[in-house]
Amino acid sequence: MYGLGILRGLGTVLTHFVNTYLDDIRWLGRRYYNPQALAVRQGPKTAGIFTVQYPEEKLVTPEEFRYIPFLLYEVKEDGTKEDRCTSCGICAKVCPPQCIWIERTTDPKTGRPVPAPREFYIDIDICMNCGFCAEYCPFDAIKMDHDFEIASYDRTSAHIFNKERLSTSVDYYASIRPTNYAREEVARAEKEAKKAKK
Amino acid sequence: MTTLEKPVSDLQVPDDIQPNIFITTLDKIYNWSRRSSCWPMMFGLACCAIEMICTAASRYDLARFGMEVMRPSARQADLMIVSGTVTKKMVPQIVRLYNQMPEPKYVLAMGACASGGGPFKEGYNVVSGVDKYVPVDVYVPGCPPTPQALLHGLITLQRKIDQQSIRNVPWYQPGASEPIPVPILGPDIIDPRQAPLLRDRAARGLSNSLTVADRVKE
Amino acid sequence: MTAAPAVEKAEVKPDEEFPGIAAPDTRKGYGGYLVAPEHLVEVVTKLRDEAGYNYLSSATAVDYLEEGKLEMVYHLYRITGGPALVVKAQTPRDKAVLPSLVPLFPGADLQEREAWDLYGIRFTGHPNLKRILLWEGFWGHPMRKDWKEPYFEEETKPFDSRWPGGAVFRSEQHNPFGHNVKYPDGFTLEGWTPEADKALYAGLGTVTDVNAGSLKTDQIVVNLGPQHPSTHGVFRIAATLDGETIVDLEPVMGYLHRNHEQIGERNTFLQNIPFTDRLDYLSSMSNNLGYALAVEKLMNVKPPERAEYIRVIMVEMTRIANHLWAIGFLLNDLGAFFTPALYAIQERELILDVFEATAGSRMMCNYMRFGGVARDLPDGIEARLNELAFERLPRKVDELDAYLTNNEIIRSRCIGVGVLPAEQAIAYSTAGPVLRASGVPYDVRRADPYSIYDRFDWNVAVRYNGDVYDRYLIRLDEIRESIKIVQQALRDLPGGEIQTGKPQYQVRVPAGEAYGRVDNPKGELGFYVISTGKPNPYRYHVRAPSFINLTPFGEMCKGHKVADVVVILGSIDIVLGETDR
Repeated sequence: MYGLGILRGLGTVLTHFVNTYLDDIRWLGRRYYNPQALAVRQGPKTAGIFTVQYPEEKLVTPEEFRYIPFLLYEVKEDGTKEDRCTSCGICAKVCPPQCIWIERTTDPKTGRPVPAPREFYIDIDICMNCGFCAEYCPFDAIKMDHDFEIASYDRTSAHIFNKERLSTSVDYYASIRPTNYAREEVARAEKEAKKAKK
Repeated sequence: MTTLEKPVSDLQVPDDIQPNIFITTLDKIYNWSRRSSCWPMMFGLACCAIEMICTAASRYDLARFGMEVMRPSARQADLMIVSGTVTKKMVPQIVRLYNQMPEPKYVLAMGACASGGGPFKEGYNVVSGVDKYVPVDVYVPGCPPTPQALLHGLITLQRKIDQQSIRNVPWYQPGASEPIPVPILGPDIIDPRQAPLLRDRAARGLSNSLTVADRVKE
Repeated sequence: MTAAPAVEKAEVKPDEEFPGIAAPDTRKGYGGYLVAPEHLVEVVTKLRDEAGYNYLSSATAVDYLEEGKLEMVYHLYRITGGPALVVKAQTPRDKAVLPSLVPLFPGADLQEREAWDLYGIRFTGHPNLKRILLWEGFWGHPMRKDWKEPYFEEETKPFDSRWPGGAVFRSEQHNPFGHNVKYPDGFTLEGWTPEADKALYAGLGTVTDVNAGSLKTDQIVVNLGPQHPSTHGVFRIAATLDGETIVDLEPVMGYLHRNHEQIGERNTFLQNIPFTDRLDYLSSMSNNLGYALAVEKLMNVKPPERAEYIRVIMVEMTRIANHLWAIGFLLNDLGAFFTPALYAIQERELILDVFEATAGSRMMCNYMRFGGVARDLPDGIEARLNELAFERLPRKVDELDAYLTNNEIIRSRCIGVGVLPAEQAIAYSTAGPVLRASGVPYDVRRADPYSIYDRFDWNVAVRYNGDVYDRYLIRLDEIRESIKIVQQALRDLPGGEIQTGKPQYQVRVPAGEAYGRVDNPKGELGFYVISTGKPNPYRYHVRAPSFINLTPFGEMCKGHKVADVVVILGSIDIVLGETDR
């Protein structure tokens, strides 16, 4: 019969439409702003409304998610900050679009390089969020951030991130990537132990 | 719908600025209505366009911001989302589209490429940022920005619209707004605004074909 | 193909059949045959007609600056399967002329135009030799090794200015015009006239007196795009119309030409992986795999078992996501605005969630490495993949099928529109769903197996009418086949390592050439890589399926109405990032 195909198609649309109401009844007014409901709504069991009400509620960011890189520093007992970065330059070398600039510190007396960066720049207008810098850093000093809410009105002043803008404490890193952090800490402790043995 | 109202204070208004109250209230209505029906142009350039389409789709739903009406015609659009790499071959069309948009118009540079050339900046056919040709209101970094990042950029734009006042917005000022001269495809892209510089360099016998490496050495 | 073995398997030996004309390429790590340019057409004709090498997969140029030579490399295949026969022809750089293969293989059309555009090789006998990615009047042929772009810093990456000196600068600060621009010396605005569009319109054919009746209408040229919602990006169609009917049509591209290949030759081998994501940005995992395979061929490494399985799962998931998108937007092009696309995008989003959790990004996955994958599947992802592959996706594909396939409007708009017969599909070098919908069961996964596809039980989807409707159906078929593969891969997924050797940021790639190809959702994606033993590839070419599938586009559209052009384009399913590179 002519028109049957169209009717069947409309039936599919109707199912979707009805599903949204069934979903409503299921959560009884707690559909939004509710982590459990969000997990179901955005998971493979979703039926009905699929929308996430950004900015009031946000999708759960998976741990591996990457946006702009940042530098890690550790806070020592006396409150001073110590960069993990040793300015070895591997991130700058591996960066595909070459958006990382590192200025190495030199000892003013001897003129020899000191393992700490004097300055560290990332041009985020070039950065392609590939995560190579974090992946190949041997010191776990540069990692990819989860923060994507960085839209701005002006790029000339704001879009070359310097060391100050990039530096974040290790605690923050541990909070956004707990599994990775735990694994890396174990590896670091092992390395330290080996060093101490020698 | 998401709104970003500033907290309303219940302060007493001094007499000397009483006449302005009308304008500020009008501003509020004016900005609210513009902000809540900011129709983007259906205009995708590259990878970011896919994320822009996803933003318009059911999961992120631009309709919550009154932006679901994507207009294929520049004449009906308020907002140009430059979503992707701007190439030299494409830039004349982008400038022409921008000129065709009616005031008030906004430009959002989505992603690293549109903001500043992105990973392809070094390429010979890539423009280092759309703001070299058209004025940009909001930059959204990322490669590509996730749909939520784009939504954040759009909210940032709404915030900008909220701060405008009907008294000093450029499109109500006397005199017609000048269209941007459309670039020409020559041996390389020619920006007509740079014609004097080109002539000057030719007259002084300076080379036009220097690469960055030469300049760094100079 | 690396070195000799691939060629030895082929039954034909051009050097024996054409003594003095064809000689084996004896350079270290190279394979194939060097053919004297004046006999190229003769040799290729014989290979096509007598030896059965009737499918020209890729034709590309290489610039050997030191020898002063330009070389065209042709990869010929048999459509029945098997390895490649590589034919090469050299020509001096300063007077680069080669015979065109378009009369033999119409599929060489766009590829030869690209070689002319980027390398400046003139092809005698080419019917329409003009620039394709850049515009007429552009100064120079930019892929030549001695051509330097305005932001040129150094021959190869990493650049010295980044470390340890590290004084940050923006390239435009150092450019006199600040615009990534440079002009030939002595250039003045006054002594120059634009010619970009003139050449295009001159090439468009007009047919006079289609049916010389009483009512005569003028033929007009109409442009669709580059800014047009139906062109899937910045693609332009210049069409001559007689009323509503297409008389002649030419695709115009290059509006997203991002110099992928030139940047790729500057990058190190590893640095190219995230750039391949941005080729066909709807299926980045497959692009990663194609490139990784090409370089792994050169390096002679094999990924561990678990990595192979993860690769297959990810690539097939990409295919599903891509085809969902393609179907959704084909319906958009038909006028069913956005609702089918919304349903398709929803499923795609769920797949992207898996990519985001595994690879870190929704679209730009950057997941494959040489000899493995970047990281293992995180906790919970396997369960989610199982749920998707065994439960949700099969159900949703059936739903999409029920929703669309028998819809009378779709049937009447699609059946018999844009027909591409099998012989033409092969001659035009089309690949992927476009080729298979024309009745040619050619799938690289079967014809020239790579990775571990020989272990799974699946069928090459094939349809026989070659019209838009079949190209829609074949995508549904392929989704179902992909689900089958994913299910088997998930069932058999072994444990163990995910990377051969230690992850390295500087890989040693022995000198030689390699052509790695995979069956991308869009078609056959090939990477032609030449290494000289240095950290950077000497030549890095992408055989882009979207680009080559567009070759028969004009033929497919002739005689149809304007509204059908949009649908035919949608059914080819192009992505501009790959078309223009």
